[in-house]
Amino acid sequence: MDFDYTEEQQMLQDAIGRFLEKNYTFEQRREIVASRIGYSPTVWEGMAALGLLGVPVAADAGGFGGGGVETMIVMEALGRHLSVEPYLGTVVMAASCVGAVGTKDQKDYLLPLIMDGSMRLACAFNEPGGRYDLNHVQTTARQDGGFWILNGAKSVVLHGAVADLLIVSARTSGAPGDREGISLFFVNPGEDGVGGREYPTYDGMRAAEITLDNVQVSHDSLIGVDGHALPVIELTVDRAIAAVCAEAVGVMEALNAATLEYLKTRKQFGVPIGRFQTLQHRMVDMVMHCEQAKSMALLAAVKVDDPDVVERRRAVSAAKELIGRSGRFVGQQAIQLHGGMGMTDELAVGHFVKRLAAIDTQYGDADHHLDRFATAAQTPAEPILAKPRSRWKQL
Amino acid sequence: MDLNYTPEQLAFRDEVRAFVRASLPHELSRKVIEHKHLDKADFLTWQRILFEKGWIAPHWPVEFGGCGWDAVRRHILEEECAAAGAPPLISFGLHMVGPVIYTFGSPEQKARYLPRILSSEDWWCQGYSEPGSGSDLASLQTRAVREGDHYVVNGQKTWTTLAQHADMIFCLVRTSTTGKKQEGISFLLIDMHSPGITVRPIITLDGAHEVNEVWFEDVRVPVENLVGEEGRGWTYAKFLLSHERTNIAGVSRSKRELAFLKAIAAQESDGGRPLIDNVRFRDKISRVEIDLMALEITVLRVLAAESAGKAPGPEASILKIKGTEIQQALSELMMEAVGPYALPYLPAQWSNHWLGERVGPEYAGPLAARYFNMRKVTIYGGSNEIQRNIISQAILGL
Repeated sequence: MDFDYTEEQQMLQDAIGRFLEKNYTFEQRREIVASRIGYSPTVWEGMAALGLLGVPVAADAGGFGGGGVETMIVMEALGRHLSVEPYLGTVVMAASCVGAVGTKDQKDYLLPLIMDGSMRLACAFNEPGGRYDLNHVQTTARQDGGFWILNGAKSVVLHGAVADLLIVSARTSGAPGDREGISLFFVNPGEDGVGGREYPTYDGMRAAEITLDNVQVSHDSLIGVDGHALPVIELTVDRAIAAVCAEAVGVMEALNAATLEYLKTRKQFGVPIGRFQTLQHRMVDMVMHCEQAKSMALLAAVKVDDPDVVERRRAVSAAKELIGRSGRFVGQQAIQLHGGMGMTDELAVGHFVKRLAAIDTQYGDADHHLDRFATAAQTPAEPILAKPRSRWKQL
Repeated sequence: MDLNYTPEQLAFRDEVRAFVRASLPHELSRKVIEHKHLDKADFLTWQRILFEKGWIAPHWPVEFGGCGWDAVRRHILEEECAAAGAPPLISFGLHMVGPVIYTFGSPEQKARYLPRILSSEDWWCQGYSEPGSGSDLASLQTRAVREGDHYVVNGQKTWTTLAQHADMIFCLVRTSTTGKKQEGISFLLIDMHSPGITVRPIITLDGAHEVNEVWFEDVRVPVENLVGEEGRGWTYAKFLLSHERTNIAGVSRSKRELAFLKAIAAQESDGGRPLIDNVRFRDKISRVEIDLMALEITVLRVLAAESAGKAPGPEASILKIKGTEIQQALSELMMEAVGPYALPYLPAQWSNHWLGERVGPEYAGPLAARYFNMRKVTIYGGSNEIQRNIISQAILGL
């Protein structure tokens, strides 16, 4: 049992902490959020220079070779600074997805471009009407000569419009809701037939609705095994969940620090309002929620790399459920303790609270994960690298 | 970062597990797991087994008969005992007055009392709370007046747990009424068989006799029973509180209770299906289970810090609050799970040896009483509101 960071992890934490301290103040963030593209190419370059874009990439591919814990360290820091950079989609999700099931050619081509900052990716796994279900896939992909033809619609794709490449789930067989028959494809957003509409989200990010109308992609755009992508989609999303749990802890810590500071400085009735026991106990409850959240983010970070899929699901969903609850509590009480000032756009408080609310709805809210936690053992746990199906056998 | 035990710790856990399996009497663990009444002999049986093994006081220094183990090893022993259904240790001697005596006591006090605590020869109880002094403990009024080589004690203590079994009581008494109220308090060891002591039961809402009032009327206590210096009792009391923290979260016990709850919910039927398949009830169980998972990691984080040499700090208050909330939630869900069969109140049937016809399932009998009894846990050991004050002052600086 060991809760200390290794020297390398400590250096990683220091590096990103220092970098964001300098380049991601609340005022700088405000400008980035208001900019046309909604993220900062300069910051992105800086993150590349520090090696942060290669954190989950294997060491032999030139990355940091990190696992859940390294991602947790980065995400906590990003949370503390309310980053709106496309780190989650590009690095946590796409890079580890490609790393898990990509072909050698795909890895050799993409991973260096991700790590040097020249390419951003977004994962389009969800569809209108599907809520959080990853196997609700109505988008279809059919083979036509040497190509795949994709048709369908993808919803609320985080950073979808700034992505240089999309990873899209589509059905190559079966019916919507089936676990089998789902495949993953690279789709170039510049391809004919890719339509989209970008919009801001309430927490300062950007997302897009994406439509695919007879989009033709090359044969080698398939990622992993045809029809067997759900296990890798689930792994990728579990990694994203563990990551946003860590991000939420960073947000909560920053929010608690701001609230505590306010309790000590804001005076009413001639004394700092932190002298009132009602407010003291509320603050203590916020701290306890944050400590429990921190424990769960840690558990998720460690278990997300667990080869036992049921263990992984249980830990990740338990973490997301608890953090959904604690994030709501901490957020709502932070506004309450700040009084009217908590309602303003001017203070960072509201922005932290909005991010916490958004995190709850990313990849499944507390109720969704409560259900997944309780039924984790009942859902099949297929291997991620399934053997290719023989089409002949099916006939 | 590693949430697993080291190979040495795993080997140790296996050793402990094998020992507990071999030596904990089945009759006894059944009583514990099924929430049946434990009498004095039950507690003593298990304490003597641990004493024989040399594991009764893992947290005490070796020179006083303890094991001198680090926090992780202590935790492993507590885990394994609780998981197997061993009775809880009576902590008044082992966890409370023992450390006070070996830290502040005279050589004579150490020689006389410590071996008798380890062997369970003396059953200790705690004389802190008074009718007018609960959370505001320092306002206590039981007086000890020096007369020659004796203190004469007059007053009343209350909520004295299991005083009906006790041979000794450690008391906070007022030896001075001038100056700050904390400064006039002294720490006395009193023989419960002394003339002038009367123990009166307080029956709690579950019908149990667990706590008592203890009355002192001109009780003569030899001055050599004063611990440390006169007027320094508050310091010793605070020290004691920091040692009361062992296993304060009760994670392993709660894990055992959770398993029992799931077993009941699988057994009980609801609309023709097992109750555990009722999503509304299942979600309640899952939420507690998740809170417990988080608490376990939080405990391990505190333990790791403790093992690295940091003194147990106010973080223990977080463990107390969350741990007791979970214990209460589990007891509430268990009572809820058995539905109408929570109602029959037949304490005589809560025994391994009841031969008559039972009303309702055997597991259901004690659950309502247990639910009511468990309301105490957020009150005792420093109420959860007092714990919040501690966190607010010591961690947050408010």
